Amino acid sequence: MSRSEERKQFDRRRRGRNLALLAVLAGVVVLLYFLPFVRMGGQ
Amino acid sequence: MSPPAASNAIERDVAALTPSALTPAPSAGASAGDYLALLKPRVMSLVVFTGLVGLYLAPGALHPLLAVIAVLCIAAGAGASGAINMWYDRDIDALMARTKDRPIPAGRVAPENALAFGVVLAVGSVTLMGVALNWAAAGLLALTIAFYVFVYTAWLKRRTPQNIVIGGASGAFPPMIGWAAVTGDVSLAPLALFLLIFMWTPPHFWALALYRAGDYAKAGVPMLPVVAGDRETRRQILIYTALLAPVAPAPAYIGLSGPVYAAAAAILSGAFLVHAWQVYRPAGGRDRRDIDARNACAKRMFGFSIVYLFGLFAMLVVDKAMGLGW
Repeated sequence: MSRSEERKQFDRRRRGRNLALLAVLAGVVVLLYFLPFVRMGGQ
Repeated sequence: MSPPAASNAIERDVAALTPSALTPAPSAGASAGDYLALLKPRVMSLVVFTGLVGLYLAPGALHPLLAVIAVLCIAAGAGASGAINMWYDRDIDALMARTKDRPIPAGRVAPENALAFGVVLAVGSVTLMGVALNWAAAGLLALTIAFYVFVYTAWLKRRTPQNIVIGGASGAFPPMIGWAAVTGDVSLAPLALFLLIFMWTPPHFWALALYRAGDYAKAGVPMLPVVAGDRETRRQILIYTALLAPVAPAPAYIGLSGPVYAAAAAILSGAFLVHAWQVYRPAGGRDRRDIDARNACAKRMFGFSIVYLFGLFAMLVVDKAMGLGW
């Protein structure tokens, strides 16, 4: 594999990792945003 | 016509970056899938399913969002245990055919990144469980992770053939966690579910260890077939499966489930016993010396053991959904 191909693969994988991390963080933020409404609604 | 100087400079920079950025740090080439593999998704699926069943069977109601968070926390906690286990066992994983392609021994994820990933997930899942649900469930989740990492992985696995008998407790906690997420405490009913998985683990793992004994021997892991031999392992599988048979209907004894589950438990346990008997005495007297025949029986039993546990827990759900109590 040439260096430019390696570089492309490296960039692709890093982008995939970053997007996965973004999705997880966004999911956690959404969960934590709605959590107090649910908890307070149950009181 | 020659390319502009600026473009040449960028290419030089990229070319200069490539070897130093890619070669020394294995994690640079890790994909999101590699991090997902660190979570042991197949193990996690069974953990999540049994935790979900514990959550469903518990008396009381839980807001759907809280139920989702509870299941996510159980999944993340199980995954964290898997990632830390892979970090600790990276030396022996590299020696075994079954595990040598895992992300750390294959060089796709750096060990320290796997450890950090596992610890962050562990702390995050326990904290979220405590904040969103209750601290009893969070405590049980923390205990499960700690038991798997410290008791099973770091202490027992490389020291005793009883490793999975005692260490199996960590895989048995999830229904209790699911139950505690709803009720905030632990009673006799989730203990019956715990006991079921606890008794199921030895025959399940020993069936695998029988046909992977060479791998375990090479890595120096004292699994029962390596230490006590093939014959004794097959005998122990039969004994533990026989002990499991009366334990499997326990949820029906204590009124957690009804006749539908009791019947399913009897049928599935009977089939599991047949598999254990076939492992103990492979079909045809002459075949007893045939290692391939013995391995085939062990592989079939291992496959069925997963169906068995999924089946039992699925029938607990069906039983409750049908509302056919005693």
